[in-house]
Amino acid sequence: MSTATVTATRTEAITTAETRKPRRAHLPGQKPFGPLRITAFVVLLLLAIGWLLPFLWAVATAFKTETDAASGDPGWIGAAGPTIDAFTAILSQGNVYTWAFNSLWTSVAITLITLTISALAAYAFSRLDFTGRKWLFVVIIASIVVPPQVLIIPLFYEMLAFNLIDTYWGLILPQVVAPAMVFILKRFFDAIPIELEDAARVDGAGRLRIFWSIVLPLSRPIMASVGIFVFIAAWNNFLWPFLVINDTTLMTLPVGLQTVISAYGVQYAQVMAQAVLAALPLIVVFLIFQKQIVKGVATSGFGGQ
Amino acid sequence: MTTATDSTRTIVTGSKTGTPPRRAGARNREQLISWAFLAPFLVAFVLFLAWPIVHGIILSFTDQSLTGAGGAFVGFANYVEALGDPKMWQSMGNTVWFTLLSTVPLVVIALVMAALVDRGIPGQWLWRLSFFMPFLLASTVISQIWVWIFNPQVGAANNILEFFGLEPLAWLQNPDTNMLSIVIATVWWTVGFNFLLYLAAMQNIPPQQYEAASLDGAGAWRQFWSITLPQLGPATVLILILQILASLKLFDQAYQMLGGVASDTTRSIVQYIYEAGFVSYRFGYSAAISYVFFALIVILGVVQALITRRRKEQF
Repeated sequence: MSTATVTATRTEAITTAETRKPRRAHLPGQKPFGPLRITAFVVLLLLAIGWLLPFLWAVATAFKTETDAASGDPGWIGAAGPTIDAFTAILSQGNVYTWAFNSLWTSVAITLITLTISALAAYAFSRLDFTGRKWLFVVIIASIVVPPQVLIIPLFYEMLAFNLIDTYWGLILPQVVAPAMVFILKRFFDAIPIELEDAARVDGAGRLRIFWSIVLPLSRPIMASVGIFVFIAAWNNFLWPFLVINDTTLMTLPVGLQTVISAYGVQYAQVMAQAVLAALPLIVVFLIFQKQIVKGVATSGFGGQ
Repeated sequence: MTTATDSTRTIVTGSKTGTPPRRAGARNREQLISWAFLAPFLVAFVLFLAWPIVHGIILSFTDQSLTGAGGAFVGFANYVEALGDPKMWQSMGNTVWFTLLSTVPLVVIALVMAALVDRGIPGQWLWRLSFFMPFLLASTVISQIWVWIFNPQVGAANNILEFFGLEPLAWLQNPDTNMLSIVIATVWWTVGFNFLLYLAAMQNIPPQQYEAASLDGAGAWRQFWSITLPQLGPATVLILILQILASLKLFDQAYQMLGGVASDTTRSIVQYIYEAGFVSYRFGYSAAISYVFFALIVILGVVQALITRRRKEQF
């Protein structure tokens, strides 16, 4: 059995289990345009509009002048016509770029470190035999129930002791421990046929080599799905960065934006422009990685995160 | 399958290591390799999860302050104070109230959305984008959008009420409606996650079942009641548990939508943990409240486990 075949079978199995292709256009024996389908379509359309409206309205406000935005006139376009003044005002504020950069690189770092250490540990729990394997796994899985919010006091205290308050590491390190990831990845590794590894072992490959050249390539779909999810969570995390970072130049986008809202006062157009700008990167990420994100939700949800 | 695997293994070990002493050496090697694989995660786990859990308990028995002052052992004083603190109970009550108010729509609306999308109406990507997109937004962003919508003078919420001939509301400013406002914003923000979970569960139902049912003349509505809904049991239990746990952790949006000002009707337990620790600088007391909150979650978990077990016994 070639590696390629196994990869294909494996990927197929995952895709079938987690996100199958949308069902056929209509079910057999059902009229393509029956009254029920039309009702369903109308309800769906109304729901979709309802869900898009708040965001579209924020976008519309961002293109108004401050006077129009504050007038309370519910029109989509202000009396003065659309303008990008609010966006220019926000972008001329140097800190926005710094915050976006901080958010990006710390989220990438959190994602990469989380994936690496979780995958290594999951592989040990899945394939290696060592004393205390069972109870150690139970301890790690049990810790999934601990809400991170419960740990803010001892973690903050620890960061004080390590001198990591107001540093990138203080922001990153406490966010890399994800017991749920170890669980999800272990379950995935368990399903990879052991024969593949045995063949490599006969050829004299070491464990790390097997992990790197056989297990990891096979796990690409799940790593991508869960990785994107870790990234979104890190990008949007508010409470921890809010507590650990006070230095304006080290802030992430959510925390930085929060600090300037009061400074803007009632400049609604600017506040909305800033909200739209902050939302854009993730909307782009979603449009590109839609499939993986949907899969990531299915896996992380069923993994019991 | 298993036999084949076992025989392969025996051949491998047999060819490489013949005698028992050398096999013990291989086992030691395996131990070493295992710990090498585990080490990076374990170090992080101990430093940033296991030790903080233990340290939090220790702190909760002291009068530790943020500035490093104090730290004397005070026994159960913090816990006694917490249990007699009306503000703690109020925050706990608000949190439970928010959980009750938000969980029902977050499960029901998600189910409706998924059921409609699953019917194979064209434009899957558009529905997914519309319903899930808000979930991608940072709490800061959604808070700004909804503060603006709920603004009594210029916000859209009152425009809509006016359109239906209703009296305008002060939404976030009014203690009668501020929790409701936060619930509305939260449902909009997070329903997409449950929607995707339901959709995944529905797409796991074998299409043959629908085909068979439609041959028997069952319409779409009938198929939903008799095939889809009964098979969503496990998914619904999961979504409920995840949702309750998520709702209990209320903080970001409530804190930000009210501009960081604590309101007696919206202060969540996490916000009270934050205030006790980082506003009043009482780390010990804050840690004690954290563990009262954790106890609530553990009790819920036990209740849930008991219910699930009982249901399993019934069948």
